[in-house]
Amino acid sequence: MAKNDLLGGSLWDQYSNKVTTLMNNPNNQGEITQEECDAAGHKLIVADFGAESCGDAVRLYWEVDPSTDTIVHSKFKSFGCGTAIASSDMMAELCIGKTVQEAVKITNIDVEMSLRDNPETPAVPPQKMHCSVMAYDVIKKAAGLYLGVDESSFEDEIIVCECARVSLGTLREVIKLNDLKTIEQVTDYTKAGGFCKSCIKPGGHEAREYYLVDILADVRREMDEEKMRSAADAGSHGDFEAMTLVQKIKAIDSVVDESIRQFLIMDGGNMEVIDIKDSPDYIDVYIRYLGACNGCASSSTGTLYAIEATLKEKLSQKIRVLPI
Amino acid sequence: MQVYLDNNATTMVDPAVVEAMVPYFSEVYGNPNSLHRFGTASHPSITKAINQMYKAINASDKDDIIFTSCATESNNWVLKSVWIDKIVNGDKNHIVTSEIEHPSVLSTCRFLEEQGVKVTYLPVNDQGIVEAHTLRSFITDKTALVSIMWANNETGMIFPIKEMGDICKEKGVLFHTDGVQAVGKIPVDMQDVHVDFMSMSAHKFHGPKGIGALYIRNSQELTPLLHGGEHMGGRRSGTLNVPYIVGMGKAIELATENIAEKMASIRAKRDRLEDALLSQLSDVMVVGNRDNRTPNTILISIRGVEGEGMLWDLNNALIGASTGSACASEDLEANTVMLAIGADNELAHTGIRLSLSRFTTDEEIDYVIERFSSAVSRLRAISSSYAIVQPTPGGEAAECGIHH
Repeated sequence: MAKNDLLGGSLWDQYSNKVTTLMNNPNNQGEITQEECDAAGHKLIVADFGAESCGDAVRLYWEVDPSTDTIVHSKFKSFGCGTAIASSDMMAELCIGKTVQEAVKITNIDVEMSLRDNPETPAVPPQKMHCSVMAYDVIKKAAGLYLGVDESSFEDEIIVCECARVSLGTLREVIKLNDLKTIEQVTDYTKAGGFCKSCIKPGGHEAREYYLVDILADVRREMDEEKMRSAADAGSHGDFEAMTLVQKIKAIDSVVDESIRQFLIMDGGNMEVIDIKDSPDYIDVYIRYLGACNGCASSSTGTLYAIEATLKEKLSQKIRVLPI
Repeated sequence: MQVYLDNNATTMVDPAVVEAMVPYFSEVYGNPNSLHRFGTASHPSITKAINQMYKAINASDKDDIIFTSCATESNNWVLKSVWIDKIVNGDKNHIVTSEIEHPSVLSTCRFLEEQGVKVTYLPVNDQGIVEAHTLRSFITDKTALVSIMWANNETGMIFPIKEMGDICKEKGVLFHTDGVQAVGKIPVDMQDVHVDFMSMSAHKFHGPKGIGALYIRNSQELTPLLHGGEHMGGRRSGTLNVPYIVGMGKAIELATENIAEKMASIRAKRDRLEDALLSQLSDVMVVGNRDNRTPNTILISIRGVEGEGMLWDLNNALIGASTGSACASEDLEANTVMLAIGADNELAHTGIRLSLSRFTTDEEIDYVIERFSSAVSRLRAISSSYAIVQPTPGGEAAECGIHH
């Protein structure tokens, strides 16, 4: 929020001239009939995506020359807002003259880029990016029908954010490498979640299989586990300072059991470890004396020194022992 | 010709209202709270505006009508101050409202929920209204306040405020109504209904933006939202906005005098438009029985035509209308009213609201009938809902994954 956000711009002012032109006069709106295809010896493919009750629906028609797999004609029908009509129109346009195999490679990003008036300015505002995604989905569906394969076979990675086409693999890698902690950071680094926002968390415009909140939580948990594992490994290799708190307590207890407690018990006393506090310069070990040690004159001098010296020698020079 | 049919969003300021306001900018500009003649010079005009307000809604002299900055302020004031008075400093913990209130009520209720208040959002029926018996069954002995709008902004449907007021009175619960879409459109008589608080907004009845009011029955307790210099008897501080108070008074007077006559004239145009659209177009539906609607409003659902696309074509034809369609909103969220009434059908995506005013002319209605129909024809020609060639087997649409 700042000065430029005080008056939210009009949605429509953010559409490119190409978008508004195609909204008003789509070039490839219409249908292709079986008769037309039969006359030319071509194959008709008709694919639907979305439904009116969902708010967006598109039907794509391809006339394909089976000898070359080339799409010779492409038309569409669309129930949707103006940007959905413009995106569908551009999508149909991009298909013409391509082979089915080439058309499958068209993404929603290509559709949106083709709708720009200049390369730097987006053709539609962020929340409208979603409209071009459907154009991409319906191509895959039509190609699947033509080639007789499942449409999911065209997708070699899991796309979490369709608007910005960000894959699960990319998201996991970026979160890990940059130690990202919030969804805002994830959006800043990857653009995922910056458009229709459906992929951020459940309950948005569209139900998704993967959500950024879950991915972030999973990766953060994995990172924590990894940190712990490396700490545990470090601990088992005897690196006291790298140990987790629990490991440190165990290590101290075992040194106390092995080298200290017996001498205290001989004098009718004992001790217990109460807490450990890590700081950059010291590892403070809080202990409490029991039995005869409690109130013993040397408990704050000679005995204390012996305990600290033993722990320092066996574990770390950073240890300070503080009786309470 | 350009036609403005978005009068439920805001209205043109009546030139007579502007004329009444003008002297209070640069001629009579003193602070009404000052003792000198510059200040007191504004008093007759404020008194006049107050009288115009009381007369327009038939308020009693024992009641308060406090000027605010807008109805959003009035709604916030009632909800937050009842919370402070009856929940924070009392033994109540519950507020009842409906799921289709204005955002200034719904967002405030959600804020109060975060503060620990229990809020019940009453559902609406297929007419888009909350039924009185529904309200009765949700009031408990912990309920502090019921807040239900008098008429809905999207559908124009009028709620049973008289019955609801009686129920609240019987149960001893405070009753607030957001009267923004009712005042100036239908008769509002505070002696006829039991309402404790009512919010109003000048710009919905040809007054200026930036001024509203709150009616408070019997001048009863309600902690101020704005503390300060003890203006308006200490109920709402802030230097009195004299020209806008004058404007609101004039506007409410013009909107409510001979209201039956004005309503009949608007209703005739509205009904003619509605009848024409229903007869000329197939597969269309208007929400709510029109006898129980504000006389200026039509919410029409057009099969196969998405709301924002329709708004775009109407805008190209120089017609200003509105849609609750998700695609037209910043966050892609469908309008709550559309969802409440038509969550499972196309209505949530195809609804267009046309709202007239007393300045709408018969020529404008004729023009809209013509251009509306041609926009529907163009968009249906593009629409997949009206396509003839069916999908290749296996190419049918996959299951809808979109919530709204």
